[in-house]
Amino acid sequence: MREKLEMLKKRAQEELTGCSSLEVLNDFRVKYMGKKGELTQILRGMGQLSSEERPIIGQLANEIRDSLEASLSKVLQNVKIKEIEQRLSHESIDVTMPGVAPNLGRRHPLELVLNRIEEIFVGMGYTIEEGPEIELDYYNFEALNIPKDHPARDMQDSFYITKDVLLRTQTSPVQARTMEKMRPNLPIKIIVPGKVYRRDDDATHSPMFHQVEGLVIDENIRFSDLKGTLLSFAQQMFGSERNIRLRPSFFPFTEPSAEVDVSCGVCGGAGCRTCKHTGWLEILGSGIVHPRVLEMGGYDPEKVSGFAFGMGVERITMLKYDLDDMRLLFENDIRFLHQF
Amino acid sequence: MLVSWKWLKELVELDKSPDEIAQLLTMSGIEVESIKSLKRGIEGISVALVQVVKKHPQADRLQVCQVVTGGDRVVTVVSGATNLEVGQKVPLAQVGAVLANGMKIEKTDFRGIESEGMLCSVEELGLDADKFSSEERDGIYILPVEFEVGQDIVSLLGLDDFILELGLTPNRADCLGMVNVAREVAALTGGNLKLPVVDDVEQNGECADMTSIEIQEPSLCKRYVAKVIKDVKVAPSPFWLRHRLMSVGVRPINNIVDVTNYVMFEMGQPLHAFDYDLLAENRIVVRRGTSGEELVTLDGQKRSLNPDMLIIADAKKSVAIAGVMGGLETEVTQKTKTILLEAAFFNGPSVRRTSQALGLRSEASQRFEKEVDLEKVSQAAHRAVQLMAQIGAGTPITGNVDCFPNPEKRESIVLRLSRINQILGTDLTPIIVEDILELLQIKVVNKEANTWTVATPSHRRDLLGEIDLIEEVARLYGYDKIPTTLPQGATTQGKRTWEQKVRSEAASLLSMQGLYQVITFSFINPRHFDWLMLPEEHPLRDAVAVSNPLSEEQGVMRTTVLPGLLEVVRKNSNKRNKDLAIYELGKVYFKEGFLDKTTLPKEKYILTAAAAGFSEKNWAYPAIEYNYYYLKGVLEQLLSRLGIRLDEVAFLACKDMQFLHPGRSAKIMIRDQEAGWIGEIHPLVLENYEIEQKTTIFTLDLELLTKEANERIAYQSIPRYPAVTRDLAVIVPENTEVVDVTKLIQEKGQPWLKQISLFDQYKGKQIEKGFKSLAFSLSWQAEDRTLTDEEVNLLHKEILVVLALKVGAKLRV
Repeated sequence: MREKLEMLKKRAQEELTGCSSLEVLNDFRVKYMGKKGELTQILRGMGQLSSEERPIIGQLANEIRDSLEASLSKVLQNVKIKEIEQRLSHESIDVTMPGVAPNLGRRHPLELVLNRIEEIFVGMGYTIEEGPEIELDYYNFEALNIPKDHPARDMQDSFYITKDVLLRTQTSPVQARTMEKMRPNLPIKIIVPGKVYRRDDDATHSPMFHQVEGLVIDENIRFSDLKGTLLSFAQQMFGSERNIRLRPSFFPFTEPSAEVDVSCGVCGGAGCRTCKHTGWLEILGSGIVHPRVLEMGGYDPEKVSGFAFGMGVERITMLKYDLDDMRLLFENDIRFLHQF
Repeated sequence: MLVSWKWLKELVELDKSPDEIAQLLTMSGIEVESIKSLKRGIEGISVALVQVVKKHPQADRLQVCQVVTGGDRVVTVVSGATNLEVGQKVPLAQVGAVLANGMKIEKTDFRGIESEGMLCSVEELGLDADKFSSEERDGIYILPVEFEVGQDIVSLLGLDDFILELGLTPNRADCLGMVNVAREVAALTGGNLKLPVVDDVEQNGECADMTSIEIQEPSLCKRYVAKVIKDVKVAPSPFWLRHRLMSVGVRPINNIVDVTNYVMFEMGQPLHAFDYDLLAENRIVVRRGTSGEELVTLDGQKRSLNPDMLIIADAKKSVAIAGVMGGLETEVTQKTKTILLEAAFFNGPSVRRTSQALGLRSEASQRFEKEVDLEKVSQAAHRAVQLMAQIGAGTPITGNVDCFPNPEKRESIVLRLSRINQILGTDLTPIIVEDILELLQIKVVNKEANTWTVATPSHRRDLLGEIDLIEEVARLYGYDKIPTTLPQGATTQGKRTWEQKVRSEAASLLSMQGLYQVITFSFINPRHFDWLMLPEEHPLRDAVAVSNPLSEEQGVMRTTVLPGLLEVVRKNSNKRNKDLAIYELGKVYFKEGFLDKTTLPKEKYILTAAAAGFSEKNWAYPAIEYNYYYLKGVLEQLLSRLGIRLDEVAFLACKDMQFLHPGRSAKIMIRDQEAGWIGEIHPLVLENYEIEQKTTIFTLDLELLTKEANERIAYQSIPRYPAVTRDLAVIVPENTEVVDVTKLIQEKGQPWLKQISLFDQYKGKQIEKGFKSLAFSLSWQAEDRTLTDEEVNLLHKEILVVLALKVGAKLRV
């Protein structure tokens, strides 16, 4: 019996080394350790052994089985790895082929910039107001301290619908409309994005363009607050390393008025072609709300004050994306739009 | 306004460079747009005296000259000019000199005679040829005899000058006069002013015996000053005056006109000279035009006058359009013996209206429009007379006629230190403020507890109230020195309205699905309505018209975005980009209810999308055709993501949209309200737009979308038991609408049918003619158990029975 077992062990071990596929290994298991396997058969014959021999042979048989099981699982593992390796070697793909993704569309660059501007001001506590694009001359001009036949009207050549109705030349009429709606409540803290229209058409002017107006009215609003607000805007819009400067200017509905320049991002202020060697780029107009505008809007200029600003979205978009011709923005060439 | 640096230096002490002054001006609100040097690169050109002029022995058209230059050196020059005479002074470019066009002079042999230099024309000197007469332009530029031989030409011609171009804001019309620019510079630098001295004006005198002024419209003409000059000798102006005017872009005419122009640039006061003898009764009447009246103006044009225009007339007829242009008949000519010089103050808006109505804008009208210095009108007239006498243009008659019906009393202004600091956010001291006021020649009349009462100088007509003075203080103090703070008030919550959120979300959703956002003009050509084949009475034709468009292309405000998008499709196709999926989110405008001042046109936001061609191909998937179903899918995805239930959205086939394919268009209904339409563009419309590929469009009313969209999402528990998915293919008559079949299945499938989707539609060989096959995938699920095959089989059978009954469907086997 003992010899039989030793023989079996030797034979099985030899046979196992020759097994190289999962299939053969499975046959091996059945042959030796299956229900009708050789080792199982031997163990079944243990009943005929004497009671002294039985535990010894039993132990030996168990040892042999365990050792075979261990060897088998080791070989099994190796064979499995080999088989997977072989399979994988046939499954190579060209990893340089392009990825497959759904087509994504684009937002128009003006909308991207408009959204960014809105986000910045909403973050600073502004709400977004809107107003009609076909506007009364009264709101577009008169309520903003620009009477009929005033030379300041030359700054904005208008499209008229009738004598008293025109395409708004600026988003500023919404200042007057908002004051009328809000008075006497405080504070007013709004921005007004929208389309505006002027009779100009060349590389730097489009008859239709976009503006964002800002208006803050409260007790004790100061010119210094305007500076701080615009600095914060410019740095969020163009980068925290940028600076601004204010130059005295004239708008009929603000006083003091200021043109606002941002330091040139190309040269950092040293002067280059982009900034025409000044180190600065003009981005918007602004000022303290003129007392007459406050009065017309129903507020007492001795008690409240405010600031206002207005920026051309096209101008900012052109600066942000380094565009040289405003007309690109309205041609809607897909090759242009695709870049944003 | 062009400012000559040399001229400026005559009026104010300057120890800074043009660049530095430009920077100072710009940072104080007078923007210097450019600085140009007048010396266009010329070098080594000097004054020479012509000694000998004789014909070239070998060439008829050439002259051989001998000219004397510096150090009595005699130079031989060969010239083609015909205006050379012995004794003339001429500009000589010797060997080594450089002309304005960059040409360097070398010794040149002209048929055996060596030329050692070149005599120059105005163009070769870099002067603006347009400012010279044709005779002057064609020959050598003859210089004044008093010029010294050998002197460099640059400073003699005033070419060592810089021209600063000011971009003036409308409030600073005072700087349309050099003296006021000098005042501004003095305020910024502290430099001393050296303004021209004008003798005291003698009132009336002899002048009053020679003429009279009658102002019939004192509101439109606040002041009119007349001076008379006799023994007038009309001739070219002296060299310095001509070159001074040219340097600021003015063409010299004659000594009388040149002086009026000079004084206009110097003092900002336009002047006009009439031929005194041609004025009926030698007097002036300032009145309104009458209808039917005509006047031939200096430019030779016949102008119709009317009562809206202010006219200068004599006793019988109009002689000038006030502030805009003089009449031809009373113009100063060679025959003029005596002139009447006008200096006046006209109402700005009136001049502006008239000049706009006539389409005539001049240096003079620009100044009158913004109104001149009322208190210096007479001084300007006197200054001109002085200059005319000085250059020998005539002899002034003593005195003047100064018609000034209602001398204006300038109001004093109260300025509070507290208000300055409150508005600016500064902490300025009274001394700083007083220094600034003094620099600006603003006089303190009274001071009490840091409150000043001040009188403004007459040339600053823009300073009317306290806020104007605060601005003056701020700009002279320097905007850069004002602190940088943020508003101190209560915090406010920034937000977008629901409508704004829906708009922004809709755009994002479309872009995420592969569409490109475009922006087209709000105004369109009204002919688009014809190209869209809209019938005469169609509501989309009811567009608001622009009364003064730049072109017919921009004639009316759009009532639909269709034309804009179709043009984008066409333009891109022309550039070989035929595959396109785009959208625009913008307003349309309707005349409906528009009543001028009382009710504005209706404006509403709409969303319009267009698609043509195919999606981008790739190696893994075939391209998708951008057709009706593609765009419908995009639309459904959009609505669904905006929180609108698709089972509340219906697409109703429609045939009444003239610009759409009658068999491929539908109205979009959301909860039985019309929200827009979707469809393929009619082939004839595509032809009108020269678009070759099929194009599909939808448009959605954003007002309705805003109302129907919502953010609510009610969570539903995830089923514990798995779903059973089963396909169902039926054959139905070809004209059956899928929506009907789907509805029947859904009704019958309650409550276990969780999902139904059409995955195939087939017409063709294997299907009987007049029928089509529809294949659905149905997903069944119960809340409390796994459904058995038997149960689902039964349900499918029941559905088939219903479909057979209602739409004549058969199971496809």
